[in-house]
Amino acid sequence: MKGGSERDVVNESTDELLHHMHKDADNVAHPINNIEDKWRLLPSFLQLKGLVRQHVDSFNHFVEIDIHNIVKANSKIVSDVNPRVYLEYTSIRVGEPVIQNGPFDDHDVTPMECRLRNTTYAAPMHVNVRLSLSGEVRNYNDILIGRLPIMLRSKKCRLFKANDEQMAKMGECPLDPGGYFIIGGTEKVILMQEQLSKNRIIVERDRHGEMSASVTSSSAERKTKTIINMKRGNFMLKVNMLAEDVPLVVVLKAMGMTSDQEILQFIGADEQSMELFGPSLQQCAELEVFTQDQALRYLGTKVRIPRREYGPSRRTKEDEARSILASVVLSHIEVRNFDMRPKCIYLCVMARRMIAAIRNKSGGDDRDYYGNKRLELAGSLMALLFEDSFKTLNGRIKRELDHTFVRVTARAFDPAQIIRANPITQAINYAISSGNWNLKRFRMERAGVTSVLSRLSFIAALGMMTRITSQFEKTRKVSGPRSLQPSQWGMLCPSDTPEGETCGLVKNLALMSYVTVDVDEAPLIRLAYNLGVEGLNLVNGEEFSHEDTYVVFVNGTMLGVTRSPHHLVRAVRLLRRAGRINEFVSAYISASTRTVHIASDAGRVCRPYIIVEHGQPLVTPQQLRDLALGILHFDDFIRLGVVEYLDVNELNDSLIALYEKDMCEETTHLEIEPFTVLGACAGLIPYPHHNQSPRNTYQCAMGKQAMGVIAYNYQRRIDTLLYALMYPQRPLVKTKTIELIDFEKLPAGQVSCEARVCASGPRWYRRSRRIPQGQSKPPSHTTTTSGVRFCTYATRVPGVCVRFATMRHRFTVAAAIHHVHLHPVSALSHQDVLVNKEVPAGTVMEGNKRRTVYTPAPVKFKGAEGCDAYCDQVAVTSSSENYMIIKIRVRSTRIPELGDKFSSRHGQKGVCGLIVNQEDMPFNDQGVCPDMIMNPHGFPSRMTVGKLMELVGGKAAVLSGNFNYGTAFGGTPLEEMCETLVDHGYNYHGKEFLTSGITGEPLEAYIFFGPVYYQKLKHMVMDKMHARATGPITLLTRQPTEGRSRQGGLRLGEMERDCLIGHGTSMLLLERLMVSSDAFEVTACSKCGLLGYAGWCQYCKSSANVCKLELPYACKLLFQELQSMNIVPRLTLQHYSEQ
Amino acid sequence: MDPRTHVEMARDHVLHPSNPDAQDAYDFQAFKEKFKIEMQAIDGMDMEFDMIGVDAAIANAVRRILISEVPTMAIEQAYIYHNSSVLPDEMLAHRIGLIPLAVDARRFRTLEEDNNEMNDLNTLVFDLDVECKHREGAKAGETDKNKKYINHMVMSSDIKWQPKGNQKDRFKTAICPVHEDIPIVELRPGQRVSMELHCSKGVGKLHAKWSPVATASYRNAPHIVLKQRVTGDLAYRLQQCFTDGVIEVRDGEAEVVNSRADMMSREHLRHDDLAPLVHTTRRRNHFIFQVESTGALEPDVLVCEAVGVLKDKCSRLLDQLNAITGTE
Repeated sequence: MKGGSERDVVNESTDELLHHMHKDADNVAHPINNIEDKWRLLPSFLQLKGLVRQHVDSFNHFVEIDIHNIVKANSKIVSDVNPRVYLEYTSIRVGEPVIQNGPFDDHDVTPMECRLRNTTYAAPMHVNVRLSLSGEVRNYNDILIGRLPIMLRSKKCRLFKANDEQMAKMGECPLDPGGYFIIGGTEKVILMQEQLSKNRIIVERDRHGEMSASVTSSSAERKTKTIINMKRGNFMLKVNMLAEDVPLVVVLKAMGMTSDQEILQFIGADEQSMELFGPSLQQCAELEVFTQDQALRYLGTKVRIPRREYGPSRRTKEDEARSILASVVLSHIEVRNFDMRPKCIYLCVMARRMIAAIRNKSGGDDRDYYGNKRLELAGSLMALLFEDSFKTLNGRIKRELDHTFVRVTARAFDPAQIIRANPITQAINYAISSGNWNLKRFRMERAGVTSVLSRLSFIAALGMMTRITSQFEKTRKVSGPRSLQPSQWGMLCPSDTPEGETCGLVKNLALMSYVTVDVDEAPLIRLAYNLGVEGLNLVNGEEFSHEDTYVVFVNGTMLGVTRSPHHLVRAVRLLRRAGRINEFVSAYISASTRTVHIASDAGRVCRPYIIVEHGQPLVTPQQLRDLALGILHFDDFIRLGVVEYLDVNELNDSLIALYEKDMCEETTHLEIEPFTVLGACAGLIPYPHHNQSPRNTYQCAMGKQAMGVIAYNYQRRIDTLLYALMYPQRPLVKTKTIELIDFEKLPAGQVSCEARVCASGPRWYRRSRRIPQGQSKPPSHTTTTSGVRFCTYATRVPGVCVRFATMRHRFTVAAAIHHVHLHPVSALSHQDVLVNKEVPAGTVMEGNKRRTVYTPAPVKFKGAEGCDAYCDQVAVTSSSENYMIIKIRVRSTRIPELGDKFSSRHGQKGVCGLIVNQEDMPFNDQGVCPDMIMNPHGFPSRMTVGKLMELVGGKAAVLSGNFNYGTAFGGTPLEEMCETLVDHGYNYHGKEFLTSGITGEPLEAYIFFGPVYYQKLKHMVMDKMHARATGPITLLTRQPTEGRSRQGGLRLGEMERDCLIGHGTSMLLLERLMVSSDAFEVTACSKCGLLGYAGWCQYCKSSANVCKLELPYACKLLFQELQSMNIVPRLTLQHYSEQ
Repeated sequence: MDPRTHVEMARDHVLHPSNPDAQDAYDFQAFKEKFKIEMQAIDGMDMEFDMIGVDAAIANAVRRILISEVPTMAIEQAYIYHNSSVLPDEMLAHRIGLIPLAVDARRFRTLEEDNNEMNDLNTLVFDLDVECKHREGAKAGETDKNKKYINHMVMSSDIKWQPKGNQKDRFKTAICPVHEDIPIVELRPGQRVSMELHCSKGVGKLHAKWSPVATASYRNAPHIVLKQRVTGDLAYRLQQCFTDGVIEVRDGEAEVVNSRADMMSREHLRHDDLAPLVHTTRRRNHFIFQVESTGALEPDVLVCEAVGVLKDKCSRLLDQLNAITGTE
């Protein structure tokens, strides 16, 4: 049992860093003869993809492809005045990250320097332009167009492919996942945004209970929504630009499908369809719309006239209607020369889907089905941002061109002058740092897109990188979007979600999921035609609606039809396995809607599976052996066509065996490892499958608050708040996930010997979670559960460290620093001055001279009384805006004390309730005494059986000298661990005979006793304890201030007030709410009922009826505020004895 | 079995943890007759002995005093001149404080006895000054830290005694930590740790660093009795349920040869056929003590010291009782 004292300080050799698998190469001696060892694919996958690869890949896609496409799409700016005057972008280039010290002084920068200097980690974007001034064409190269924040570890980042040594040189932690940005020194993550997939038909019931089909179209140019709904049995179309719903048949006729027969054929000519659709045809006839012209005229009357725009001549209403049909209705379908037949067919398909839904009385599609969701990642969000600001810039350039060339034709014109870098830089920086994506151009208004990367613990940072937020309204109390959807299996972690209002809306990716990036669809379309898809123009309605005909969609656009969908899908899949098309292309058949979908769009969540054919997995033991030896990598398995990615839709179309024993002839795929359905945070829990499910959820939240080592470089980081544990240990009962996410290298917790005792004394029973702790001893490490809290005080001073003296004049406020008071060892106490700063208050005349007066504005240390704090580091630097920055890192060591919060890895949190002397602790035959005592009443209601198993596993691990595994859906079996205990002479159940340290007599019960991994949470009494007798009051209401930092009072809230009213304690109520708060003596006139002043009623101009009374100042304030709004509150006064 | 003399180890709880018929009246004669100490083994800093014929209260008192009230010397003040190591000052000081020192605390006075004035009778001074450097001539790709650096690890042996006053005469051999190979902190070239350490006398009650024992504990002596003859296969299975050497099978019959060695895992209770065969109890007044010294004093000396402390406490209590009752 002494093994518990092993201290595993983390700085072991870093060689094993990436090569978990190579460690296993030692085991190669054991032949891998079955595919049991398929889990080995997992480390290889994570090595390749990592947990944040989706962010990095998305950003890379933006920098390498999207940004060029955006520039290409908006490359030419032609002057309205003279079409021969134009500016054309020929290329754009994103450089290496640099920092700007002055206007002409850029130097290469590392992320660490940006963090310390509060600057942005960004790379300049340069464009080459061609400028034509009435015939004279000139090229200008390398014009700075903006500075693009660079995602850490992306291809443009300096950390890209850096090895450990290079990382160390740059002051970076090699285990840091990357995938975030540094804006103004703070690390910002663009969270994954979940939204309904674009360009897909969703059939569901609307508010009135009627069936409706809607499509949110999104193309590079436009984003629109088209809805078909039912109104009194008629199919109606609803688009934003039309003032009211219009009959679907009229729209079809306006689009050129004028024959009723053809319409019916496309919708479906069976009896039921006709019955349902008949009234709509009739309605159209009643409106006397028979030809395309009539239809357009009808629609023309419904067009909502947009506000006047600049533009050429006004169009007729018919033209207006036609252009709406061409560009607004189903805008994702391309229209050439006003040939809208594809749109007609698409509308018919929508109607057909509605009829089908009505016919089977189903509720339509499930909005929450995960196949209908897309995740928007950093890359696409940045692309939107860039496109918006780029277009704004181009608009400005165009105005400039017009302006310059309207008067003189040949004025000197330098594009470098008008292409300014600031607007784009600032727009992007502002959006990322505030999280507000307000892009009017795309009608996008989103807040909270980004958030500050939490560095409380390594797990917190990691957890944030896999986080998904939903655009769904938080306040609405619907359970649908919040509940766990079966289709999320394997893609999202079922445990990791916050409690409270965002419960179920904020989710996390599972361990093996990956989010796709855009893949060019043009080759896919060609491929589909080659595989026998017939174009839409080649089929008539009869053929189209035939029951053997399947409609083929590529990324939501209708391509054509096929009669052999299975052949088509099989061919696409085989080509994918052969590597002929991208591995992330998915194809699936939807039998109920008779459609085939081929998808290559961005934002689909997918996950690798082993391919099974004829009941045999394609992965061979030989391949797994090669994998263990490092000959093969995960990518090779994809290339060999034995492992493939499935997205949610294709997953739904496959038969997947969880274990090998479940495979049968029809099985298409085999799961790689079942525990990968959990995410990184839930992966820390040992035996999670034995716990009550919400407990795992709680642990997911608490793991993020655990103190530990946050990164190898934590000594160099100057974060506002940073916690570290003195002696972090790796858990004795670990999981495969723990190994995979490097938790063992950056652990957050300690192994504590725990005993489950009902310690005597009735008073103690009351607290349900009590952890008395043994006092320090070298072998027991409870004092070493000490954490260190680093807190940084930072201040900025403009214009002191100015490199360009002239710039100083730009600042109106210039502060003087007398000096920084500290050097890094000083002990600090409350209110000590850290930086003796002064700011100018104004000027006074001294004779003829003006002299600036300074008032002190010192930065003071705010620590609790009796808190030992030391100055740890002082950083004096300058930001790129030439502000001097002083950061002072203060360190205070926290020995566990009464009230500090701890938790095991099973959602079992609690505060330390008693600290017991070593000699008072119970001890076993070997003299081992527990570090913690937990009340066993914490178990029955919480049902965390996993914790009991962890204890046995930990004990067996200590005795045998091996680590035990508590991996989800696996792990070391309990019986095996119990046998280990018996083999070492301990009780099978882990229960021991203990002797009381106080009486010296045996304890009556056998005590369940063994090591458990504990986390020290960041909540500590020292930072929380607070009391106030009298203190500061707020200026406006004269009530006590709020909050500990302002020495505030403790609020007697509504519920407490209700309680006092219920008890009838009126005097207590009066004392709490008025006397001790904001009692104020006023003079009031009993005649007019208004407040007077100093015994005088200004209203009555008399002092005759004035009396004194006491009321809350807030009340008096209310009266006066009402008066200012022309409302007169009058007091009706009566002497209290008069009743 | 008599509940007055034995604690029974039942299946799911301990029967009679306290003596149901405790005789609280103290009889010196009876104590003298019953009390016995049997030394079992002493091996360097570990000791095992039996204390027989006393109540748990007395045995426990000795154990408690060993842990928390026998004084030792430990480093109490660290004056840090330089610390550029990765550990913050407090943590470094804490680690150094926990290093056991090979010095007999009986030859020192406490600071309180001298009104907190330091002198050579109550304070020992040590120096710790280590700087890490690159080892010259090391190969470029060297990974062995010993070949690459000088002083890459601060060890307990780096703590050097600075004799003050007449300490040099009083202590013929140099005072040093018990173990030379306790790692304190790792250094890398350019880092340095330099400090003066003051060591004073104290007790484990104040801080665990003054505790003279790694642990001191006892267990009630196991007492295993076979209720009936056990033969054949059962005998071998029964043997397996106990610690090696507790039960021997002679001529096909199980026999308890050394119940003292048993770890009392109660394994036999899990087998329905074996459970009724054995009676597992512990002797109430027989304590097997284990004392592990941290190294300053031999464990047997520590126990004597502990008894001395107990004696002092008793006489102090007696004095006070007498003062109240007015008797001499």
